Amino acid sequence: MALAIKVNGTIQSVDVDNDAPLLWVLRDALGLAGTKFGCGVAQCGACTVFVDGKPMRSCTLPISALGTREVTTIEGVSGREAEAVQQAWIARDVPQCGYCQSGQVMSAVALLKQVKKPSDRDIDLAMNGNVCRCATYVRIRAAIHDAARALEG
Amino acid sequence: MMRAQALLAAGAAAVTVLVAGAAAQTTRQQTTAKDLRPVSSFQSVADQQARSIALFEEAGKVLHHPRCVNCHPATERPLQSDAMRPHQPLVVRGADGHGVPGMTCNTCHHTANFDAARVPGHPQWHLAPASMAWEGRTLGEICAQIKDPNRNGGKDMAALLHHMAEDSLVGWGWSPGPGREPAPGTQASFGALLRAWADAGAHCPPS
Amino acid sequence: MTTHDVALSRRAMLKGAAGLVIGLYLPEKARAQSGAAHAFRRAAGGADFAPNAFIRIGADDTVTVLIKHIEFGQGPFTGLATLVAEELDADWSKVRAEHAPSNTDFYKNLAFGVQGTGGSTAIANSYDQMRKAGATARAMLVAAAAQSWGVPAREITVERGVLRHTGTGREGRFGQFAEAAARQPVPSDPPLKDPSVFRLIGRDDGSVKKLDSAAKSNGTAQFTIDMSEPGMLTVVVAHPPRFGARVASFDASAARAVQGVVDVKQVPTGVAVYANGTWPAIKGREQLRISWDESAAEKRSSDQLIEEYRALARRPGRIAGAHGDAITTLARAERTIEAEYVFPYLAHAPMEPLDGFLRWDGQRAHARFGSQLQTLDHQAIATVLGLKPEQVELETMLAGGSFGRRAQQTSHLAAELAEVAKAIGPGRPVKLVWTREDDIRGGYYRPLIVHRMRGGLRDGKIVAWTDTVVSQSILKGSPFEAVMAKGGIDATSVEGAKEIPYDIADFRCDLHTTDVGVPVLWWRSVGHTHTGYAVECFVDELLQATGQDPVAGRLAMMGKAPREAGVLRAVAELAQWSGPGPVNGRARGVAVVKSFDSYVAQIAEVSAGDDGPRVHKVWCAVDCGVPVNPDVIRAQMEGGIGFGVGAALYGEVALDEGRPVPANFDTYRVLRIHEMPQVEVRVVNSTEKPTGVGEPGVPPIGPAVANAMARLGLGRPRRLPLVRAVA
Repeated sequence: MALAIKVNGTIQSVDVDNDAPLLWVLRDALGLAGTKFGCGVAQCGACTVFVDGKPMRSCTLPISALGTREVTTIEGVSGREAEAVQQAWIARDVPQCGYCQSGQVMSAVALLKQVKKPSDRDIDLAMNGNVCRCATYVRIRAAIHDAARALEG
Repeated sequence: MMRAQALLAAGAAAVTVLVAGAAAQTTRQQTTAKDLRPVSSFQSVADQQARSIALFEEAGKVLHHPRCVNCHPATERPLQSDAMRPHQPLVVRGADGHGVPGMTCNTCHHTANFDAARVPGHPQWHLAPASMAWEGRTLGEICAQIKDPNRNGGKDMAALLHHMAEDSLVGWGWSPGPGREPAPGTQASFGALLRAWADAGAHCPPS
Repeated sequence: MTTHDVALSRRAMLKGAAGLVIGLYLPEKARAQSGAAHAFRRAAGGADFAPNAFIRIGADDTVTVLIKHIEFGQGPFTGLATLVAEELDADWSKVRAEHAPSNTDFYKNLAFGVQGTGGSTAIANSYDQMRKAGATARAMLVAAAAQSWGVPAREITVERGVLRHTGTGREGRFGQFAEAAARQPVPSDPPLKDPSVFRLIGRDDGSVKKLDSAAKSNGTAQFTIDMSEPGMLTVVVAHPPRFGARVASFDASAARAVQGVVDVKQVPTGVAVYANGTWPAIKGREQLRISWDESAAEKRSSDQLIEEYRALARRPGRIAGAHGDAITTLARAERTIEAEYVFPYLAHAPMEPLDGFLRWDGQRAHARFGSQLQTLDHQAIATVLGLKPEQVELETMLAGGSFGRRAQQTSHLAAELAEVAKAIGPGRPVKLVWTREDDIRGGYYRPLIVHRMRGGLRDGKIVAWTDTVVSQSILKGSPFEAVMAKGGIDATSVEGAKEIPYDIADFRCDLHTTDVGVPVLWWRSVGHTHTGYAVECFVDELLQATGQDPVAGRLAMMGKAPREAGVLRAVAELAQWSGPGPVNGRARGVAVVKSFDSYVAQIAEVSAGDDGPRVHKVWCAVDCGVPVNPDVIRAQMEGGIGFGVGAALYGEVALDEGRPVPANFDTYRVLRIHEMPQVEVRVVNSTEKPTGVGEPGVPPIGPAVANAMARLGLGRPRRLPLVRAVA
């Protein structure tokens, strides 16, 4: 089925099955491979994107359910929070294997857009859906606090 | 102390295994009913109060079912699966029942069940408020609770019956997708039981 | 093994330049994605200086270090580049790292003899080699500058990528001399720095940043699963539900009817579905109807295996290590204590499931994936496709974790990749993808193990110790068997158990090796994943039984283990140890484990939570010799602790009549951020040769948590995982 979806500000035409999850449309049809496959069942968060600005797991969202909502991926995420998060990630050398980090960054940006000064509990609740098998969690937490401080200034 | 859902395979292994056995047994009992008796089968109960209570207890097979209790949890964290284990990942009710910033229900649960991944969905997917917690409560307690406008979201009986019989998120309990047991009967038969319960005086079981 | 026979010669440079062929072979799009191709293409520009197989210096001053070890999170890109940059006196901001191609002659692990990564050897085996590579390049750049300026080479200094001659005031950057340096003779034995003048090695002021953080924070890092090219087919394979089963027959008509499915083929490992994209391949596989021949399949359940192992553990096994007469002393002891520890099968579950890309035209094959044992995988691809090794190119990709999963002694992924390419025929590039279910249910687990321990006490002291281990062998039947398994003993089954750091006069460790049809593999820290737990829990139990403090009691027995004692003292100081508690509902447990020649001690602070033990904080001291990148060492300790906590609390692949029960992260529970303890790490100063850190952070955490649980009155768990969820 051919349909038009808006990704990172651009309307793109794709020819995919109705039930194809957004994840595979992004990766295989549009070549936006920064969004990762980790579980396929919304358990690990590696596939997190924004849909109309809200974080969503793209592996369980069939493309037919997207409608006219706009998708933002790691390739297109921008703004103060995104800059602060990515700078903090680099400054802390957060990534190890790096595979989950697109999803971690997206979830962290989503948190900071809504909660300016997140507590550890806020971070636990917003980020525990993002699995990191390298267990970079100590640095993820620290980097989110760093980013929040940077956004204050 | 540790909850029964998570066993600590510690020194007291024998004790914890027993706990596990008990929990599994309860779950099985809760999920064995596949059907609901029709309202007509309660006509033989002459006493109106007894009939009302019997009707409620029949409807209680739904109220106590994992499809309902999982999202009417006693704590801020929903349950998951027919075994009613704590939801993985850790999610909480939040201010409006839709989760917290960065991790709302619809972060993972979209507008419909996604059967390929066995992830359930509905446009209004959310948790019942804490005042409507059913987990661990008896049918008598739940009955009193759902009649109490202070604990049922300010619903009068008509609104309550409408919620039970018509609400499409409640109705999800009968179309939960593969890997999850549907609530017994149908939403219509469940609604009919509660309407008959109300018509008979909306009496509550003693416990 | 010696590092002096490594070819750092003109021959190496020329052969290294043969990598140019690899670069040119790639089509433009793939080249753009390929770090290695980038380096080789730049080499074609003519202005680059490639003094050896490890270094390219461009006219733009960029120093590219070719890394022979796979980068999947443990930091060899940064670590090996640091070693080169130190001796080169490079400007760290100009240093880049890329994977070296598969070439055993140049890029073998000096500890293995083949190209490969594992055993926390990356820094250890590269320390001299990479420094020498850097020193060689530096000497050639200096010689080029000396020639150009007409000054003696010895008067030239190098600092942060700038060559200077103070007398004449001349200076120049590396890039200016790259071309001229390439014409200089290769010095045979350039001097290495004295560690006292190191500028980058050991630097801990935040200036030696990891080289791969940016690309891994903005989604541009390229993993195997991200590969795509025109005409490529994505392939998933239906594997049998039980290990050892084979395809009897299958019906693919429904699968072929799925839009996007291109073909279905039987391969040795199952039935392969080829599609234009991952989703149709997965959907197509769901539609396969396969009849499996399970006559040779493993059908035992975990519980049954455990009972069999426990019965075996009652009988003496083959001696792996012994001194004195443990059996007699045990019989004469005032008191004996016995404990049995049971460890489940564990999946590695790296975030990127197994995958691989292969292009094959019938004459040449080009494979790209996260190969951890390149020499073996390279050969496996050649064998399956009937090619000579030189007709195969293997390019190592960044991988989303491994924890041992990609170090396949059987090269099963490389073989399956080549088989799916072969089955569809030449000219069809394929990307093989395993889903998470394939990963969790796909075997190659950490073995299931039982330890039966007995300790003898007399006069308040531990006088006898026996440990009977029951396990499958990881090495049996693999190319490593001849090297690592001696006298019927697989060293990886008993490492950490056959010798312990404690002075116990009468000691014995023996082993039963079992035959089970479940494929097993090394899992981050290998034997130490269970021996560390068994030994450190049991010694703690014996110390508690004799009324000794867990720290002081251990130290009193560590007369011949100074480095273990060193990290234990360091961690006790860091945690301000004053006994195990509990205090305010929190108890502290201790463990110290030497693994892969690194020494790690940890103290865990634990309370009883709602759904299992809650690990609040972990203090960690590590002695890994010269600390090359202190922050990477800390990161590996943090990550190793998190990985170990998750496994100890939740990790288990149970078998139900041979079928793996968990399938995904909902049923194979892993650690999440809210369960991660705070971690404080002290890297102990040392002048010993550097050793690894990728694995040694893992072994102590399980027993440290268990020992804290014992002090909370919860007992030392005898069977892992500690939290066993109701399904």
